[in-house]
Amino acid sequence: MVSYSEAIRQAMTDCMKQDPDVFLMGEDIGVYGGAFGVSRGMLAQFGPERVINTPLSEGSFVGMAIGAALTGGRPIVEIMFMDFITLAVDQLVNQAAKLHYVYGKQARCPLVIRAVGGAGRNYGPTHSQNLEAWFCHTPGLKVVAPSSVEDAYTMMQEAIYDDNPVIFLEHKLLYPIKEDCILKPGKTKLAGSKRLQKGGDITIVSYSYMTYEARAAVQILQKQGISVDLIDLRTLHPLDETIILESVKNTGKVLIVAEEPRSCGISAEISSRIFEQVYDYIDAPVHRLTLPDVPISASPSLEKAAMPDRAAIVRAVHELCSK
Amino acid sequence: MLLIRCFEETVDELFTTGVVAGTVHTCVGQEAVAVGASSALQKTDVVTSNHRGHGHFIAKGGDIRRMMAEMFGKADGYSGGRGGSQLMADYKLGFMGGNGIVGGSIPLAAGMALRFKQQKKSNIAACFIGDGSVNQGTFHETLNMAALWKLPVLFLCENNLYAMSTPVAEGNANTDFAVRAASYGMPGVSVDGNDFFTVKETIRGYAGLARSGEGPAFIEFKTYRFSGHSRGDQRLYRTREEENTWKKKGPLLRMKKYLIQNDVITEDDDRKIKISVRKKVQEAVKFSKASPYPDKETLLEGVYA
Repeated sequence: MVSYSEAIRQAMTDCMKQDPDVFLMGEDIGVYGGAFGVSRGMLAQFGPERVINTPLSEGSFVGMAIGAALTGGRPIVEIMFMDFITLAVDQLVNQAAKLHYVYGKQARCPLVIRAVGGAGRNYGPTHSQNLEAWFCHTPGLKVVAPSSVEDAYTMMQEAIYDDNPVIFLEHKLLYPIKEDCILKPGKTKLAGSKRLQKGGDITIVSYSYMTYEARAAVQILQKQGISVDLIDLRTLHPLDETIILESVKNTGKVLIVAEEPRSCGISAEISSRIFEQVYDYIDAPVHRLTLPDVPISASPSLEKAAMPDRAAIVRAVHELCSK
Repeated sequence: MLLIRCFEETVDELFTTGVVAGTVHTCVGQEAVAVGASSALQKTDVVTSNHRGHGHFIAKGGDIRRMMAEMFGKADGYSGGRGGSQLMADYKLGFMGGNGIVGGSIPLAAGMALRFKQQKKSNIAACFIGDGSVNQGTFHETLNMAALWKLPVLFLCENNLYAMSTPVAEGNANTDFAVRAASYGMPGVSVDGNDFFTVKETIRGYAGLARSGEGPAFIEFKTYRFSGHSRGDQRLYRTREEENTWKKKGPLLRMKKYLIQNDVITEDDDRKIKISVRKKVQEAVKFSKASPYPDKETLLEGVYA
């Protein structure tokens, strides 16, 4: 059994063993191993030249990683809590995202930003956010969000070997989750959405920890005789809509589950694409489960009230299927 | 230096007369810093620039025809018309690009230096910044990390006395920038940026230290931009008297005086050089006018590598 965080560590370790250009940067990633222990032991294995423990200067160490990437490095930067990525937005949006488009082939920016997002641990308003939608709104950045242990490993490798800046969304609640799987090193390319389960009654689209909740909901629904076509987005930007549209054409009903504020986000984008492209096939309005447009509270009761979960998914599916 | 002066004056005219659209920041009066720096650096060293970067690029060997075509938004421009005046690069020359964000290039340069250090190369990175950028967070954060890790990077600050229109004394509690470097444990000096030889010798010294593993340095060059901040600047924030005083201390006048006094060139040579430089720039304009606009079909190409 391997955990989600072990899978990420294994992918980084395997790539660093293979490729001297790969290195880590981030706050407290050295002896401490990162706030969530993802890089634990890597300093001892690779030394301080390749596991660079930084001061608290997100705006500049992200910029330095970009500079190193432009000159042949493949840096992996940990943003301890995704909320802190706000401090590095200029470097990501105004620098990294535009270099290849403007400067052409001479400028490649193979950079991975490991952003630890998500609520559910009572960390409060500034340690619990998923800010991925901002980066999906920026042409030139890729945004990915693995929801399983196997994907965490494979997609981290793919992100490292991708020649673009990739925001790699990790969810705190996924770190301890264990799966029985074989981790295979290799150089595959970042792929798009994936069908996790085939079903005919309704389509559920989700990503990151919400896919984990959706998988649990699908089990419950199956016992109740409802068959779900479950699609995990994996790559949030550029969005791979093909499989989603195909699925909706077949089921006619869709529920989108996303742990993000409701307005102007990924769920809104998917909903819009379904409406634009397969309107004739939908039998019920697109349904979305998201966070309300409100900051995440520290109090367990308020945090829980904001977050979609498996019970809410089951309820929403029943409601949609009764239409 | 003459080529930069002539290029910039021509660009200024093209924008002012509306031949070319958009905005531009010229470095007329600051040529000695760009040329002094590139004379002190090695070809394999890399340079990052800012919004006022034409001089830095020309000094590093940039092709003025492709630079001019970029101003025109044409396909033969360095960035195929995508970047404009501020965003051009030629990685083979070690010119790693200008920047539209003040202070944006500071960590980029340090990152390139980090990479040189990791690979145990003896190259260095030079980061051109202006007086406005020393108040950005990236300046302080990056100087700290560069000093902490002894990165081979030089921070070359062109202090032209105004951050756009704001005088240095109105934007800085302490106008002595060199002491900021000292607070990060890095050498910091302030020198005359209008004297080519001073610029070159100062940079050569610190470049040698950086190359041998002694770490970064911050150098402030006192200079003055004769032109406005950008197109359309009426220069209401400073007097014509002040401008004239600085013009008398301009880098080109001083270089010419030196060359004539030391019998390197004659007045006649000076005239001839100016004519040949003007011709080169006019050819660049002609080349740019003839170059096609980028094909609309290419709009979506190259967002990702």
